[in-house]
Order: sequence, then structure tokens, then C-alpha cells
Amino acid sequence: MNVLKMTNIKKSFGDNAVIKGISLEVNKGEVVSIIGPSGGGKSTLLRCATLLETIDAGNVAYMGDDVTYINEKGVLCYKKDLNKFKKVFGLVFQNFNLFPHFSVIKNVMDAPVSVLGRDKKEVKEECLRLLEKMGLADKADAYPYELSGGQQQRVSIVRALAMKPEILFFDEPTSALDPELTGEVLKVIKGLAEEKMTMVIVTHEMAFAKAVSDRVVFIDNGVIAEQGRPDELFGDSKNERTKQFLQNYGS
Amino acid sequence: MSLLTMIRVMSEGLGKTCAIFFLTLIFSLPLGMIIALMRMSKNAVISKITQFVVSVLRGTPLMLQLLAVTYGPYYLFGLTVSRNKLIPVVIAFAINYAAYFSEIYRGGIESISVGQYEAATILGYSKAQTFIRIIMPQVVRRILPSVTNEIVTLVKDTSIAFTVSYQEMFTIGKQIANSQTSFTPFIVAGVFYYAFNAIVGFVMGRIEKSMSYYKQ
Repeated sequence: MNVLKMTNIKKSFGDNAVIKGISLEVNKGEVVSIIGPSGGGKSTLLRCATLLETIDAGNVAYMGDDVTYINEKGVLCYKKDLNKFKKVFGLVFQNFNLFPHFSVIKNVMDAPVSVLGRDKKEVKEECLRLLEKMGLADKADAYPYELSGGQQQRVSIVRALAMKPEILFFDEPTSALDPELTGEVLKVIKGLAEEKMTMVIVTHEMAFAKAVSDRVVFIDNGVIAEQGRPDELFGDSKNERTKQFLQNYGS
Repeated sequence: MSLLTMIRVMSEGLGKTCAIFFLTLIFSLPLGMIIALMRMSKNAVISKITQFVVSVLRGTPLMLQLLAVTYGPYYLFGLTVSRNKLIPVVIAFAINYAAYFSEIYRGGIESISVGQYEAATILGYSKAQTFIRIIMPQVVRRILPSVTNEIVTLVKDTSIAFTVSYQEMFTIGKQIANSQTSFTPFIVAGVFYYAFNAIVGFVMGRIEKSMSYYKQ
């Protein structure tokens, strides 16, 4: 069964059609990278998948369960209770969006405790283990402002993982980082890929996408221009647009 | 009248000055939040009406509003003016200050980045949880200096109650000044207000410090 199934998604902002019919399926354990030029619709697609934006047409389904339905007037509607879907996915933002007034451990364990209603002690143990795994054991009591960008991003990955999502989305997770800090974040994501975490990663790091993905999706001008295994896409793409794009990235 | 007698008589009004001060805060701080939420309502009618009411409350003198609340019921409906002037004074003050607080709250709430809301939504926090756990603590910290400003002004504004002859400290001082043809009561009043605000400044400084364990 697909963890995520997006069907013929369309999304416009005013007259500007950003996504013009994209379908995307992600299987359990699969790592999908989304690449493409800025303004092509990558991030918007991710925001539609994570319910931060409402779609104009099409459907999003998680674990075979539709998020939208068509009402008797033929209008696309979102289901009333979206919380059960939010338990299925997590999202790592480009600029972390940690809660500045919470310590690291509180950032990570607050949602499992106050949203999922889980036992505090149990959650804390789990979260400390996760932080340790990410090399952040000594930062549990620090506040976000005391951390480097790379550390903050790793904390935000732990925060997402603490909710035990079935699928994790990354929206350009290293774009806000200094070049020398991107490595530590990419390493963490690579580690998750090795553990067969289902992930969708919007990225501009071509070498990383090539190394970590099972499938690479090239989105341009609101449609999937090409998709395939990384060696196919990066090796000898038949698609002119893809070739041109990759050439500009020098990979 | 000796200076000491003046101080003693005027300090008898300090209780009423404090009553205006604390009751105004107790009512206006939460009322300001309700007004701020109405102002930010998605319903354009509610938002526009609230915006207008706030502009009137901020755009006309507090003294005028106080006179309207105290004597308006008599002129409009022929009701007797209440003997306990504390009630109209607190009503006028609380509404006026709530209008100012509402704009401070609104500014604070709108200054929180949309990313904070999005992160909370993704994690499944309800709207109420997001507001209480994530947004408000950050808002309070940001607006505290502006709130302190208003509170300092409130201390001094309590003297406006003299317009409806509510027997607070300044009203008594003004009466002594008239009967003794002396300026000294005003100096005494000035010292009282300054001391009061020194305490306000100290307390608010403490609260600010207790919240500065993190940076934005």
C-alpha cells in the first residue's frame, strides 16, 4: 500500500497556476527526492501534501485514506477531522521553526505529550535516546538560540520523529544553513534512509539526492517533467529540460 | 496646614488611587485580549466595528470618556448619578486602557512568524493549544515593554478621576491646594506618583527578567 498517494493535484494562487496536475505515489520505505528550479512548484506540492495549503483539484490520500471528498454539489472539500492524517506525516522546515521559548527537550517532547496524550516519562526517555542518536545528548536543556543552524535542524528532525510518523517530508532542509553545516544534517537524513524511513525530500543538493534516493522526481513549471532512479535521471536523461537544469547545477 | 498633615490627609486617598489602578488592570488586560481577537476576526464586520470603536477610544480624551460614563446615564436616561464614583471611573478607565492594550496585543500576535503556527499545525496542536502554548508566551515577552509603558501612564492617569470628584489622592490634593492657596500639595502628589511608578518599574523589570531566559 502507498503511504502517500497524490492524484492529479492542481493548485493556483490567484491567476498563477503553480501546480498543474501532479500525481505522486510514495511506497513504504521509499526515499523520494524532488528537484527542480525555484518557482517550479516543489515546495507548494509539499505544502499541499502536508495540508498547509488546500488543493484546488485532485486528491491526497495517506495509507489509503482520502483527505478530501467531493460533496453533493461537486465541490472539493477537506474532511472535518484532519488530525488523524497529521499523525501519519511529519515535516522538517527549511528554517527549522523550533519554538524559541522551549528548551530542546521540551521542543521535542511537548507534542507527543500534549497532542498525543502519551506518558511524559516514557516520551522523555524516547526523546533523549533520539537526541543522543543525533549527537545532541548534551543539548537537551539548551534553548534553540544557543544552537548552530545545523544543530537546530537536527533538533527539528528529532521533533518530527518523536511523533513517530509513517512518512517524513523535508522542505529544503539545508537551504538555510552555512555550507559547512549542511553535511551534518544530510548525514542524519542518510541515516534515516538506511533505516528505511519513508521520506520525501525537496532539495537543491544534487549529489545528496543522487546518493540517498530510490527515486528522483524533477518538477518544472508545475508538472513532473521526469522521474526515475537516480542513476537514470542523473546519468543520461533523455529529457532536454532535465539535462539543461542539471547542467546548470554542474552535476 | 503643615506639610506632614498634608501628606497624611492626601495619603488617605492613596487607597482609592490604588483601587482605580488595580481594578483597571484586572479588567482591561483580559478585555484588551478579547478586543484584539475581535479586531483580528476573519469576519470583516466584527473586525471593522472593533477597529472603529478602538479608534474612538484612543482618539478622544479619557477625561471626556470618564465624564460620559459618569454623567451620560443622567443626561440620556434621567438615571441618578451613582454615589460611588469608583464604578464609573473603573468602567471608563478599563475600557479606555483595554483599547490600548488590544493594539499592543495585536501587534505582538502579528509579529510572531507564520512558521510558528505552521510548525504547531503540522505537529497536530489544536488552535487553542497553539495560541496558549506556542504563541502567547512569545507574545507576552515581546509586548512587555509596551505594557509597562501603559501601566506607568495608568498610574498618572488615575489623577483624572478628580474630574468626577472621586476622592482619590490627587482630588484631595487639589482640594487642599484650593483651600490653602498652596502649590505644595501638587509637589506631594508628584512625589507620590513618582514613588508609585518606581515600584511599578521595579516589578515589571523583574517580570521582564524572568522571561528573558531565551532569545527570539
